[in-house]
This record gives sequence, structure tokens and C-alpha cells, in this order.
Amino acid sequence: MKHSEEYRDTLLSRQIIKRINTVSRRPIRLMEVCGTHTVSIFRNGIRSVLPETITLISGPGCPVCVTDQSDIDAFIQLARNGKTLIATFGDLMRVPGSGSSLLMEQAEGRNIRMVYSTTDALELARQHPDTNVVFLGVGFETTAPTIAASIISARQMGLKNYFVYTAHKMVPPALEALMNTDGVDIDGFLLPGHVSVIIGVDGYAPFFEKYHLPCAVAGFEPTDILQAILCLAEQIETDAPSLANCYPRAVSAGGNSKAREVMNMVFEPCDAAWRGIGVIPGSGLRIRDEYGAFDAAKQFEIPIIQTVSPKGCACGEILTGKITPLQCPLFKTVCTPVDPVGPCMVSSEGTCAAYYKYN
Amino acid sequence: MKKDKILLDHGSGGKIANSLIADLMLPLFDNPVLSRMDDGATLDINGTRLAFSTDSYVVDPIFFPGGNIGDLAVNGTVNDIAMCGAIPLYLSAGLIIEEGFPMTDLEIILRSMSEAAKKAGVTIVTGDTKVVPKGAADKIFINTSGIGTIPKGIHVSGSLARPGDQIILSGSIADHGVTVLAQREGLTFDAPVESDTAALNHLVDRMLSACPDIHALRDPTRGGVGTTLNEIANASQTGIRIVEEKIPVKKAVAGICELLGFDPLYVANEGKLLAFVESRHAERVLSVMQDDPLGENACIIGEVVENHPGKVVMETRIGGERIVDMLTGEQLPRIC
Repeated sequence: MKHSEEYRDTLLSRQIIKRINTVSRRPIRLMEVCGTHTVSIFRNGIRSVLPETITLISGPGCPVCVTDQSDIDAFIQLARNGKTLIATFGDLMRVPGSGSSLLMEQAEGRNIRMVYSTTDALELARQHPDTNVVFLGVGFETTAPTIAASIISARQMGLKNYFVYTAHKMVPPALEALMNTDGVDIDGFLLPGHVSVIIGVDGYAPFFEKYHLPCAVAGFEPTDILQAILCLAEQIETDAPSLANCYPRAVSAGGNSKAREVMNMVFEPCDAAWRGIGVIPGSGLRIRDEYGAFDAAKQFEIPIIQTVSPKGCACGEILTGKITPLQCPLFKTVCTPVDPVGPCMVSSEGTCAAYYKYN
Repeated sequence: MKKDKILLDHGSGGKIANSLIADLMLPLFDNPVLSRMDDGATLDINGTRLAFSTDSYVVDPIFFPGGNIGDLAVNGTVNDIAMCGAIPLYLSAGLIIEEGFPMTDLEIILRSMSEAAKKAGVTIVTGDTKVVPKGAADKIFINTSGIGTIPKGIHVSGSLARPGDQIILSGSIADHGVTVLAQREGLTFDAPVESDTAALNHLVDRMLSACPDIHALRDPTRGGVGTTLNEIANASQTGIRIVEEKIPVKKAVAGICELLGFDPLYVANEGKLLAFVESRHAERVLSVMQDDPLGENACIIGEVVENHPGKVVMETRIGGERIVDMLTGEQLPRIC
């Protein structure tokens, strides 16, 4: 942990803060795309040390938050199937679907297990050969390769009872969609560190070349984020937008080609519905036909229920940075972490939860 | 969404658990002792002041590095009584055992309870054993209750924190919660982590001998230091300011928390305490604590302020500020 401690260095942080205050003149709006950034910004009180000129807005980078209500409902229907064991990452447990959540289904006695990795899910399938284990595949390019690898392993192990329901999403198409959304006003992007480890800085090159907006790939420690904010402020002040890598200790230009190879072997791009945003062309990942035996969406009859979207919930506008949670009429009144209406209040990385918890 | 069933979150020690207590239990059992909401009840029986507390232990796994459900059950109740400023004396032990539970495991657990009681200087004077059919309970559950006497001149309560009080933490946080989680989920790490389960009554005794005027004592168990500080800020209607840099977290524990997306401020401890002490006594109490093996890493992590009553604010490492809210439900591991 020594390594990450260096990046929390108080003195270094304060030097960067000073520099940001000197450099920043124009009022600017920077979007941190990633939920882990949102949380780190709040946890470290980064907003409170920035000059008034810089406004940070949170983007659609919390995988739980952008999972469409129809997918959450499908998870719940799969859990109700009776013969399935649902293996899921913890974040998804509390997300409200249309009238229920996985946590509530668990209280009803459905077989739902929280896992920490796909290895755990595979192990569950191996240990329970008579039960269909469905892993809920939610996440970005960061998690997609390991989930793809689990499907390849399941095939190698001859497992016939391991399935993945995929609701994976990709970041660059979402950035593009944001640029084409009315009312979205962004001067620069703080790009997600974990996703960039996989897709590399080059993964954003087509986006950058099209829009020429200042971009900086950032790590998650306070000095990483501050450094990236400084970099964006400098780009804006000098009118010299670039696609900068402020996280070189983890991110390379080309990214992790092996991981992408595995991902592409199992998944192919598809259109995907993002909660609150709508369908973004080519932004999802579906399981290729040759791995169809592991695709829960194909192998199980999932009853389609009438999806009930929560009334008045502004998660969509919050996810696109059009408004902050403070401007949502439900925030802190009807919608609280104890009784969340929308996903942004549920996930530990959700913008509303972060505003509620830390502001 | 209406919660018409009990969820795991209702037992987390955070906001959801608190709403269950406030909405359902307090109105039904309404009395001034309970409504103080301290770790234990303080009672006056014919001029003798007693502290009385109960707790149930359902930890999974029942054996973990640093302890097991047995010593945890003894230490936990001893600590709840000690946090009332009392000298713990007698405990009861109620066992609910699942049919088929290995006799050897039971022996190990009971032996640990006996040793922990001896170490804490308490006697287990009454008990009860129930066996339930296989599947009706998970291995073994233990309830312990305890009583102790509160010496003259000692008045300790979460509601007594006052602006200017220094907040002393007895050592590193999150050890217990992280150890149990890692053990339960089979997560292995290079650096070993161990539960901090320990009886804190002797340490408290030394602290109160050095300074009878300690305002509040609390062991930050479920919900962690973050939740406990919020409880005290609420109970005393004061504000709390803490400094992130001062809060000790072991490197291995911090690493595991980071990996899982947990905030160590909300992870359970079983052998740590928070003391609220007037600033003129703080150094004395601190030095007594540092002389005790259970408080050798004790440090002042912040102070009570008049501003923002009911709220906990933390100065972050980079010199920023943030609110430390109460935990809502169990912390759940994040996706990425």
C-alpha cells in the first residue's frame, strides 16, 4: 500500500491545489465520468479545495446506476425462477426494480449470493452441479474481460450450469452520446482510470479527434485527481486541448490488449439501454452466438414485466450532468439511502448517494 | 419501496437499524432509561447505580483469526458495560445451538468464554442452552447479558459530550470487520489481519482513575467509528470534527478496504474505544491509555465543536472537508 500512500501525500496535494488556484481563470465545468472518481472526490473533500471557477459534475460512470430498469427487473425475474442461484456483486443488491430488489428477494428466500469475483461464481457452479448459477454481469470494460474469461473457463471445465446475464456497457460510446445530448455543457473530461487500464489512452482517440475537448485519464488517489484537474485547467486556459494520460503508472497508450482479446472473443458490441439516458448505439456488450450456451438471456425464459419507472426521479439528468442531485425534487425528501427511489441513491458510487453522504 | 419484511440491513447498526428502533421499539417500550440509547442501561436501585446490557452474537465464521464467537460474546458485553463507566461483574450466557454442531467446537468456544471472562474479571453466573433442528439456526448463536456497578462520581454517556472535548481513539480501526469478512469469503492476503476482540474494562478503569470526569465512552462496533461519532453528535447535540490523518488504519486493513470499496470508518471494531475528554485532561488520559497494551496506539483524532450540531465533519488528508454520515445499511463490496 506504500505505493498508493505516496499519491495521498498531503504536501504534494497542497502544492497541486495551489497551482490549480493560480492557473484557473475561466469558469469551467469538468465531468468526472467514473463513479469511483465521484466517491474519491467526495471522500477527500476535493470540491472544498478547488477555486470557484471549477465546477465538477458527475457523469454516467457508475455501472449500477446506468443499468436499465428492465435489466434490474430481469435479474429479479431470474431470481424468482426457483431453480437458479443468482451470483452478484454486492452493489446490485439494493437497487430497486419495479417493486422489488435483490435484497428483498433474498429476504423472500430466493437463492442469491454475493460474490467478490467471477471465480467465486464459477466455484458455486462447480459445487452445485444441480443448480443453475447465473452471474449478473454488470460493469464497464474493466470487469468485462474477467467475466468473458469466466465463460471461457466454464467451457473448459465442462460446466453446463454456469450462465451470465450481461448488461455490460462501454465508456467511449457514452461520451459520444453525452456530446450529442441537449443541455449537456462540459468543458473537459476526467476519464476513468480502471477502464483506461483496459482500453488504453488510444481507446478515446476517435472520440477526442472528433470533438477536440480537453481530456485527462486520471487515477483514484487525491493527487491523481488533482493532477488531472490541473491538466484540464491548463489545457483550457491555453486553448490547447489534448488527450492526456495523468495515470501513467497504470495506463498505457495501447491498454491491455490481452484482456481486450478475451473480451472480444466472448462479447460483441450491441446497442444498450442506459438508465435515464436511453439506448446508446454500440455501447453494450452481448455474448457471441458461439458462447450462447452460457447466455442467461438466451437460456432462460425471463418473463417481461411492465417496467415501472419511479415518478419524478431525475437520475437520467443527473447521470448526464444536466443537474446536480440538489436540484432533484426527490433528493433527501422522498429519496434517501434508507429508502432510495433511483439507482444513483443506492450504489456506493452513485452521485446522489455521494452527495447525500458527504455533502 | 415499502419494507414489509426484515432485511439484513435492519441489523447493520446503521440508519436502517436505527429507524427500526426509533419507529417500532422505542414507542412500545417507552421509558427514560431506554431512550438514552447508550450501549447499556444505567439503573439506580436503592442508591446503587448499575449498568445493565445485552448483546447477541451471530458472527459467521464462528472461528476467525484473533478469536471466536465465544470470547467475542464475553468481550462485547463486558465492553458495553464498561462504556457506561461501570465495573462489569456478572454475565449470563444463552446458547442457541444447531442440531449436529460438533461437540469439540462447542468445547473450544466455551473454553474461550471462560478464559475471556477470567481475563476481564467477570463471572458467568447463569445461562441457558437451547438446541434447534438442523437449519433452524446457523451453527451457534450466543447471547450474553451483564451487569456492573458504576462507581460514585462517574457519569458517562453519549449525551454528555461537550464542545471543546478532545476525542481519543484507542488504536487502529476496522481490524475486526475486515478479518471476519476476509475469513468468511475466503479472501487471502499476503499480510495477515486479525480481529481486535478484547475486553476494555481494565483500560477504562485506568482511564477513569486518572480522570473521573470522562464525558463519553463508546466502543465503535457495528457501523464503525463513523456511525458511533454520529450517534454521539446526535445524542449530545454537538458537532464533531475529526482529522483523517490522525486516524490509524493498519496498512493491510486499508488495502483490503480499498480493494472492496469499503470505508474503514464504517467497519466494525471489537476492542477499540472512543473517549470524549475535556481538553485539560486529555493528555493525562491519553498517556494512561498509551501505557496499556490495548491502548498503546491511542491518539487524539478530533474534537467536539459548537458548530454543525448533530453532524460529523472530517478534515481530509489534502486539507479538504467532508461530512461523515451515519452508515445506511451493510457496506456492500463494489463492482469495480
